[in-house]
Amino acid sequence: MLSPSALSTITAAFLASFVEVVEAFTIVLAVGITRSWRPALIGSALALALLVILVLIFGPLFALIPIHVLQFAVGVLLLLFGMRWLRKAILRASGFIPLHDEAMAFAKETDLLKRQAADKKADYLAMAAAFKAVLLEGVEVVFIVIAVGTAHGMTFYAGVGALTAVVLVLVIGTLVHKPLTQVPENALKFTVGLMLTSFGIFWTGEGLGADWPGADLTLVALLVVLGGFSALAVRVKRGVGT
Amino acid sequence: MKLLRQIWDELVGMFVDDGALAAQTVILVAGVTLAALLGLPALWAAAVLIPGCLVILGASVMRAKKR
Repeated sequence: MLSPSALSTITAAFLASFVEVVEAFTIVLAVGITRSWRPALIGSALALALLVILVLIFGPLFALIPIHVLQFAVGVLLLLFGMRWLRKAILRASGFIPLHDEAMAFAKETDLLKRQAADKKADYLAMAAAFKAVLLEGVEVVFIVIAVGTAHGMTFYAGVGALTAVVLVLVIGTLVHKPLTQVPENALKFTVGLMLTSFGIFWTGEGLGADWPGADLTLVALLVVLGGFSALAVRVKRGVGT
Repeated sequence: MKLLRQIWDELVGMFVDDGALAAQTVILVAGVTLAALLGLPALWAAAVLIPGCLVILGASVMRAKKR
């Protein structure tokens, strides 16, 4: 039986990675379909190799940092990261900023690649587009895995969550062979924002030396409080309407 | 060079969107850390983070203009 902390670590890593991988997949798919699969796959592979190198270089350094300092630093970064996602999700849910549209992102990338088709460096540009998409979204996935995993020694669980998301997106994407527009991206981002902000408060507190009442169950209470407040914020913001 | 710049922007953008939200969060954390260092029980200091984050988030959401 997984502890609430392990369960929330897997869930947060899975959901956050799912959103990021869907965005990277859209661009790689656009490159593969519009140009060819060779630059799409080479660009993606190079980006993944660079991400692995970064993890291998920086990963072991975390073991050298005292646990309270690590929890505090990770907690603060998660607070900043989670509150940013939560704010954006609230504003999207209340109609203040447009929802992220994978079909539009796909069309934009496809259009750009078509305009570059006559260029001598078209293959290189296509490969660079895939490389950039995988690297930039991948950096976020790596941060999420390290952040939600390291502070409680649960990097394995976080890694399992992220890897499951990658495999799932690749399987679904390969089957449907088009951008994954049906993914309820804002609902996922809302959930992830709530979870990461809860983790952020929890670990910043632990980093300060606090023993939360109920230990890991405090995470559930934080989720409920933040969730209720965010739902209220969406209602209020919808009511304001400008 | 352009790619490095984009990677850097992406890294910063992971944590900072609304600058005021990020700045207020850092000030809140600095405040509770100082309070804990000055002798406030760690649990009390940590508990202040909860309403503090809610106020900062709420204010940031209410400030946002329609795009």
